[in-house]
Amino acid sequence: MTLRSRDLGFRAGTGVFALALLLIVCAIGFELVRQSLDSIQRFGLAFWRTELWDPVAGEFGALPFIWGTLYSSVVALMIATPIALGIAVFVSELCPAALRQPLVFLTELLAAIPSIVYGLWGIFVLVPAIRSVEVATPEALRQLPLFSGPPLGVGMLSAAVILAIMVIPFTSSVSREVLKSVPAAQREGAYALGATRFEAIRAALYYARTGIVGAVMLGFGRALGETMAVTMVIGNNPKVSMSLFAPQYTMAAVIANEFTEAADPLYLSALVEIGLVLFIITLLVNSLSRLLIWSMARSGIAAMTAEPPARVAAA
Amino acid sequence: MIGTARRKLVSSLFVAFCAISVLGALVPLGFVLFFVVAQGIRSVTIDFFLQMPKPVGEPGGGMANAIVGTLMLSGLAAVMAVPIGVISGIYMSEYAGTRLAALVRFAADTLNGVPSIVIGVFAYGVAVLPFRQFSLLAGGFALGVMMIPIIARTTEELLLLVPGAMREGALALGATRARAVFSVVLPAALPGIVTGIVLALARIAGETAPLLFTSFNNRFFNTDPRQPTAALTVQIYNYAIAPYDDWHRQAWAGALVLVTIVLVCSLLARLATRRLERMHAR
Repeated sequence: MTLRSRDLGFRAGTGVFALALLLIVCAIGFELVRQSLDSIQRFGLAFWRTELWDPVAGEFGALPFIWGTLYSSVVALMIATPIALGIAVFVSELCPAALRQPLVFLTELLAAIPSIVYGLWGIFVLVPAIRSVEVATPEALRQLPLFSGPPLGVGMLSAAVILAIMVIPFTSSVSREVLKSVPAAQREGAYALGATRFEAIRAALYYARTGIVGAVMLGFGRALGETMAVTMVIGNNPKVSMSLFAPQYTMAAVIANEFTEAADPLYLSALVEIGLVLFIITLLVNSLSRLLIWSMARSGIAAMTAEPPARVAAA
Repeated sequence: MIGTARRKLVSSLFVAFCAISVLGALVPLGFVLFFVVAQGIRSVTIDFFLQMPKPVGEPGGGMANAIVGTLMLSGLAAVMAVPIGVISGIYMSEYAGTRLAALVRFAADTLNGVPSIVIGVFAYGVAVLPFRQFSLLAGGFALGVMMIPIIARTTEELLLLVPGAMREGALALGATRARAVFSVVLPAALPGIVTGIVLALARIAGETAPLLFTSFNNRFFNTDPRQPTAALTVQIYNYAIAPYDDWHRQAWAGALVLVTIVLVCSLLARLATRRLERMHAR
């Protein structure tokens, strides 16, 4: 009896801390809504359709930021996804066993480097390199809306490249785990039917497609919220443009740059509303991504019940 | 059999693409590390660690205040995050099947994915605005919020790795649940948990965005928790976007110090996990 009641005490005691974690997430949502009420009431949905951002006149439209965030993240994914999948396939299916651990370590190191270091590198190394690429772009291509504008170096292309570098380790490490959960019989079956390496791996990738979409979305979530590196290279210009060469702005960057300058309560409130929407978007993208990865992992586990627990076996 | 030849060619091209894509990660990594070391090494001097920032135009000076600031901010974050993180990790693993555990797990993953700049906005709202003062405390709070989910999830995973027989043995001897956890299960997983905490510290020490409007910045030395405080990362940012060559040099030096911290922690953690995995495999 006393043992039982003491166990209940333990459960309640640890539960309080677990509850605290839950409360923090709720508090973030609550606080963001509370601080942005001013702006929500004042501008309503027009906030997200208006292109004008003029703090001096008190006019706030967030379209350029949501555009810049989505555009930079999508371009980054277009660069990062093939590379990340290539790495995942190489590490899990093709490379000699001795190379595997070092390669995993090195790709994960890419994720450990602080954002600010990427930003510093971006300003002084990447941007000048991108500028010379832009200068070298033939005049005929420069007529296209995609490459219009002066070759500044800072702008969408630099931001997308740096985001791609930062996203690669996330997408590749989750894809690698997902590929690991594809049953060996799948591959052996393909080889037994006379498939080439490519065909066997393609079958495995197809089998793992749900998880791989999840891995790509995880990268998307990272790219959407990335702040410092992007702020330092994107040029911080609130203009909607198709051009990869044009300096633009993202949601995270505008908060980072203007938050401490926002003396006017409405200005601050508008910035917090941008943060609120960034919070909601990343929450949705990450939840969906986890759902996909999780459903993949579960079906994978069901298929390999005969094998020993993966983690211990790997060591 | 032209078909076979083509299939083999496609296959080889695919293998080649995968091998080359590895360079897509290694080349940027090499470039970043090369420039950080090459540019930073010249400016990492004793002065860099021991001197205060000099006024604009005066060469020399260092980041002593920012280095101490980063240490204090990370320390504060750990004081807040380690108890909450470890104990909620214990709850999630001990009561893994319960609805609250599932909910907390979801919350931890959500919090882990929240952009760091949004954490900054939140911390500004609850720890700066009410006191009308940027402060060391607010910065530590922001970093602590970021650190909690990392520690919670690591603790949970590592506790679940401890063989069930150990817990059952303790319970069979008449131990309470708390006793079984704190005297048997937790000590078995402790080296791994400490490794996780070190990695989490390395990660938040490199954060900039949540500090921009919480701990703000300070040109002077500060240990008062109610005052704005410099941090290594924020200092690098301010120096990088300023137009002075001398500041750029110092920013590179700061980056080198940061990257060294991260590298050393990752390497140590990797060695530790290897030993742990070997222990568990036995």
